[in-house]
Amino acid sequence: MEVETEQGETGKSVMCVLTDPEGTTLGGTMYLPQNVGPVQLQQIVNTLLKNEEKLPYAFYISNQELLVPLGNYLEKNKVSMEKTLSIVYQPQAVFRIRPVNRCSATIAGHTEAVLSVAFSPDGRQLASGSGDTTVRLWDLNTQTPMFTCTGHKNWVLCIAWSPDGKHLVSGSKSGELQCWDAQTGKPAGNPLTGHKKWITGISWEPVHLNAPCRRFVSASKDGDARIWDISLKKCVICLSGHTLAVTCVKWGGDGVIYTGSQDCTIKVWETSQGKLIRELKGHGHWVNSLALSTEYVLRTGAFDHTGKQYSSPEEMKKVALERYNKMKGNAPERLVSGSDDFTMFLWEPAVSKHHKVRMTGHQQLVNHVYFSPDGQWVASASFDKSVKLWNGTTGEFVAAFRGHVGPVYQISWSADSRLLLSGSKDSTLKVWDIRTKKLKQDLPGHADEVFAVDWSPDGEKVASGGKDRVLKLWMG
Amino acid sequence: MPQGDYIELHRKRHGYRHDFFEKKRKKEARQVHERSAKAQKALGIKGKMIAKKNYAEKALMKKTLAMHEELSTRRKVDDEVQDGAIPAYLMDRENTTRAKVLSNTIKQKRKEKAGKWEVPIPKVRPVAEDEMFKVIRSGKRKTKQWKRMVTKCTFVGPGFTRKPPKYERFIRPSGLRFTKAHVTHPELKCTFNLDIIGVKKNPNGPMYTSLGVMTKGTIIEVNVSELGLVTPAGKVVWGKDPLTIQA
Repeated sequence: MEVETEQGETGKSVMCVLTDPEGTTLGGTMYLPQNVGPVQLQQIVNTLLKNEEKLPYAFYISNQELLVPLGNYLEKNKVSMEKTLSIVYQPQAVFRIRPVNRCSATIAGHTEAVLSVAFSPDGRQLASGSGDTTVRLWDLNTQTPMFTCTGHKNWVLCIAWSPDGKHLVSGSKSGELQCWDAQTGKPAGNPLTGHKKWITGISWEPVHLNAPCRRFVSASKDGDARIWDISLKKCVICLSGHTLAVTCVKWGGDGVIYTGSQDCTIKVWETSQGKLIRELKGHGHWVNSLALSTEYVLRTGAFDHTGKQYSSPEEMKKVALERYNKMKGNAPERLVSGSDDFTMFLWEPAVSKHHKVRMTGHQQLVNHVYFSPDGQWVASASFDKSVKLWNGTTGEFVAAFRGHVGPVYQISWSADSRLLLSGSKDSTLKVWDIRTKKLKQDLPGHADEVFAVDWSPDGEKVASGGKDRVLKLWMG
Repeated sequence: MPQGDYIELHRKRHGYRHDFFEKKRKKEARQVHERSAKAQKALGIKGKMIAKKNYAEKALMKKTLAMHEELSTRRKVDDEVQDGAIPAYLMDRENTTRAKVLSNTIKQKRKEKAGKWEVPIPKVRPVAEDEMFKVIRSGKRKTKQWKRMVTKCTFVGPGFTRKPPKYERFIRPSGLRFTKAHVTHPELKCTFNLDIIGVKKNPNGPMYTSLGVMTKGTIIEVNVSELGLVTPAGKVVWGKDPLTIQA
């Protein structure tokens, strides 16, 4: 290889070994001259992995990104040349998302605060739920309202698209769930009743486990989670066990359901019979939010940035399974939970019921945690006005993003994991650059608190809604 | 009422009269009519008392009937759709209302920065000088009358030392000096005992303001750090804009 021949010319070389994020080494230890930078390292990795296309990689030495040639890095950090230097390479997304910087449309329509906003997995449709009991579908091409779905009796608190993009389900404060037909805006059947108090979260079964999508799980304040079947239009299994409200629910890629609750525990359930597999204890106060390392892939299913449409469910299932396996790799699925006790825990639920890492640092309760789409980072939004970035595999703290002047409510990642968006009570949205760890763009414009933000999976648009009752679309 | 059980013993030994139960039943049946007749014929206060008692019984009976009727019909609990919709992660948290109240009051204060001293003062009656001051006679023959003693509450401040008594014209008795004030928050409707920082303005004149006399309508400044108010910039409010004395 060309690198080895340069060895004799420069004289000073470093012994390095390339490892992937999980720890397995790629190739053996090799002598690399000191003028080798990230570009050359990328070439080496591509050759060693025998990639057909040149994929971009980012390199990290002890959790710090390597941006300059090796020699400069060694001088700055005074790393000893005696020991083998371990360089971790991380695949980056091939596509690059442009940061959004302008509000392309402010669409009014809701008569009460907008409580939740969700793009469909293919990025073509946008739905929002509001306190005026309606769910509205918006046309992204003309940026105007498309349908108004009435039927709920009280505030619409949560909405969720199925990973194949065919169904939309919304949950309300009266405990009912309603399924909608996204093409016509009409309800698809009667409301699903069963919960006695308001719905706090909805999560669909991943498409690679079951295609076409049929089942989803809903969590409620009454303490139980229910699995519903959309074709049978009834509740199949009721997962009861929590003593207080269930605040969030996620359907994992292995076919288990994670529920976080106000009783400070997280329960892991199996889905065929609804039995409790594990109970993850450790938090001192309410568990507010859960995040899975494979969450983004589960949400988008078979769709990715190429925008390809699939005709048959089997094809979708196959593609989704491929994407999921690629994302997951060999490591077990990781779970991060954010709580009112100001800390977060990193768990590997398949391995052990004790937490792996405890992530402290926030000074107020953690409201929302979200893994990046490539699983490399975890971001957490807290009421102490900061957003913190953590390493997705080790749980180490990486950076804090300060800039908001009010509690940060929700965050959303761009599909290439390079940009992070946060919406806050101070009525602004902020885009943060992960590479430079700084504020990329400030998006003011809302008149009141921002309750919900979402970045479309194709990376083109951002939608945000809040207390001022308008939906804002932002573009690059 | 019988003292002892001789009635029961007799009943056990000899049984009841042959028509005892019938008589009892019929007497009780007649009670209804007799009660009604008494209630209609009774005059004066007695009649009123009977009527009141009867009405109370009737109201109670109506309530119990209504309650029973409610239970028999299964009605679905239909909440009204309330205003102020909040997302699921903010439900069960009470931090919105109180903060909003405080921030609103602070915003209002900032808006009215020009009219800072214009707190709603009720019509203040001007206090006469002879009501405010008491003349103190001094001197060997008690003829000199240039000293005055304040008869109302005053505030002097922590670093206060009197002028030499020989030259002191206005005497502020220590019994009438106050350091704390009971302050009621108008919206939250609770009263706090807060330290006074200073007297800003007494409507009766600048002389009273400089003396630190607190009468009705005086604007004083208090230490509100205990309340934990925070300005939007993040600084802690410690001296609140003046408030009026109501009494």
